[in-house]
Amino acid sequence: MKLLNYTTSYFSAILLVLLGIWAVIFYLEMLDEIYDSLDDGLDNQKMLVIKRAKQDAELLQRSQFKDGNYTIRPIDKNSAISFKDFYRDTLMYMQNEDEYEPVRLLETVFKKDDEFYKLKIITSMVEEDDLIEDLLFSLILLYVGLILSIVLLNNLILKKIWNPFYTLLQQLKDFRLGKDQKIETVPSNIDEFNLLNTRVEQMLGKSISSYNSQKQFIENAAHELQTPLAISINKLELLVEKEELNEEQIELIASVLNNLEGLTRMNKSLLLLSKIENQQFPEEEIVDFNAVITDLKSDFEDLAGHKEMKINLKSTTSLKYKMNKGLARILLSNLLKNAIIHGQRNSEIEIEISAKNFIIRNTANNGALDPEKVFSRFQKDSSSKTSTGIGLAIAQTIAKKYEFQLTYYYEQKHTFQLRFPR
Amino acid sequence: MKILIVEDEQDMLQNMKDFLLKENFVVETAESIAEARNKIGVYTYDCILLDINLKDGSGFQLLEELKRKNIEDGVIIVSARNSLDDRLEGLNLGADDYLAKPFHMAELNARVKAVLRRRQFNGNNKIKIGNLSIDLDEHEASIDDNPLNLNRKEYEILLFFTSNQNRLVNKSALAEHVWGDHIDQADSFEFIYSQIKNLRKKLKTAGADIEIKAVYGIGYKLITQ
Repeated sequence: MKLLNYTTSYFSAILLVLLGIWAVIFYLEMLDEIYDSLDDGLDNQKMLVIKRAKQDAELLQRSQFKDGNYTIRPIDKNSAISFKDFYRDTLMYMQNEDEYEPVRLLETVFKKDDEFYKLKIITSMVEEDDLIEDLLFSLILLYVGLILSIVLLNNLILKKIWNPFYTLLQQLKDFRLGKDQKIETVPSNIDEFNLLNTRVEQMLGKSISSYNSQKQFIENAAHELQTPLAISINKLELLVEKEELNEEQIELIASVLNNLEGLTRMNKSLLLLSKIENQQFPEEEIVDFNAVITDLKSDFEDLAGHKEMKINLKSTTSLKYKMNKGLARILLSNLLKNAIIHGQRNSEIEIEISAKNFIIRNTANNGALDPEKVFSRFQKDSSSKTSTGIGLAIAQTIAKKYEFQLTYYYEQKHTFQLRFPR
Repeated sequence: MKILIVEDEQDMLQNMKDFLLKENFVVETAESIAEARNKIGVYTYDCILLDINLKDGSGFQLLEELKRKNIEDGVIIVSARNSLDDRLEGLNLGADDYLAKPFHMAELNARVKAVLRRRQFNGNNKIKIGNLSIDLDEHEASIDDNPLNLNRKEYEILLFFTSNQNRLVNKSALAEHVWGDHIDQADSFEFIYSQIKNLRKKLKTAGADIEIKAVYGIGYKLITQ
């Protein structure tokens, strides 16, 4: 849920509860005030009626309300003496509404010429159900109005206030280390946002610079290693030609040479890897993957033939993509080489090209590999001594550079799938 | 045959010099552009091995000067900067070849010989060793004028060996030369062995008086009987 909606939803829940409590209190207070003023009115009328009754004896005969709002009836002395004024709610038939409606009733007694009379005065009262209905309706209106105002405020004011935050967030979402982009923050009057901005800038600056220096270090190290490696190998090649060496000595030199050559291969791969990561292959052209793989297939024919493998190329369509041609060759050749080296003798390598996919499969005797680890550097099959374990890492780095998806899965065969973005 | 090596890395220079001396070339060396410029002004070389990163400038500079002065010495650029741009620039400036460090001595030898051949045997482009002859224009090898019927890879292997006759050829040097970088991760010895076995068989049936001898653990040697 978005931050703005989140606050709005919180506000609506809290307001619902608050308005509910407030409505109950308001209702009770109002009702109390209404009763108070009705009772006062009744009391006043009582005094007026008693005053008039004392002058006009005819009034004492009113035993029905009829068109008036009071009745007077004589009562005996005993019950009159113990009688106290009291107010109560009752129902009375109303002609206009054609139903019983609540009325407020005051009962009292008075004395005239040693006779006691009971006086009942009524006044019409608020209809509570109508009152509640009106109140509820107003409350809903108020509630909706409040929520709308909050949403409006959130969108107008809060959005403006939170703008630096959202700008930063948007950039962080798209940020990828190694893509050499800078985060641009919006200056703000709010201390917290300024702190966030400076901290994020500092931390990213540090990450970018350590990432760059690490990349640079690998490239420089690999580069500096090349010359001493070349010199050592060349010196051993010269040494091994000397006539006086015996077979045992030649074998020793051969072993050193093999290791140095392994080191050179690994160094070359690392150099290539960091060159790709350092964006040193800017030239791009439309590469025809069918042509590249056909070419590679013939290059690898000897090697595949040596393992009695068949490379079966199935292509239903042309697959072209704009990228560096050298890298395209390296990408496909690493996948093909991997399939040949790790595939079983006397088996078949299947290559499938469709509109958006390049798939290569080889048979295996060791079951599924860990798809998480298969592309990491120096991850290697222990049965192969000469493999550097960087080939698939290089393929993955190239795929990422061009936003292809290179994935591994196992379905009776090891399968590497290269998915193109369009 | 006279060769000039322009290289500021002492050990590298010594290696190349030692190796090429064994091929009976006359080898001279220069460690800077200035020194190389002086030597080129006085002598004519059949081939110049030119490093790009030199203390007093870029090897490309010297190459440009050579072309401007119409000096026709063959030039092979030898550089640690293995980038396509450098390679293209070098070849555009008129270098005959471009060799990236690190390289095997046998590869250097083959490149030097190829440059020398191109420059010297105009029209008559043939190599003869014993009763083997290779026609470089026709890409054909024959023993006593009987064609050997080699496939493309076998032909390249044989050609590489003839450039390095009586020298020990490292198996990975051979693999890189013939199959490019592709082979480097494979268990190359066994693979190359089977490739060479076929070539040997063809040479033997044709009655060749050269032989490809295995040197245990390292590689092969082409020897003339």
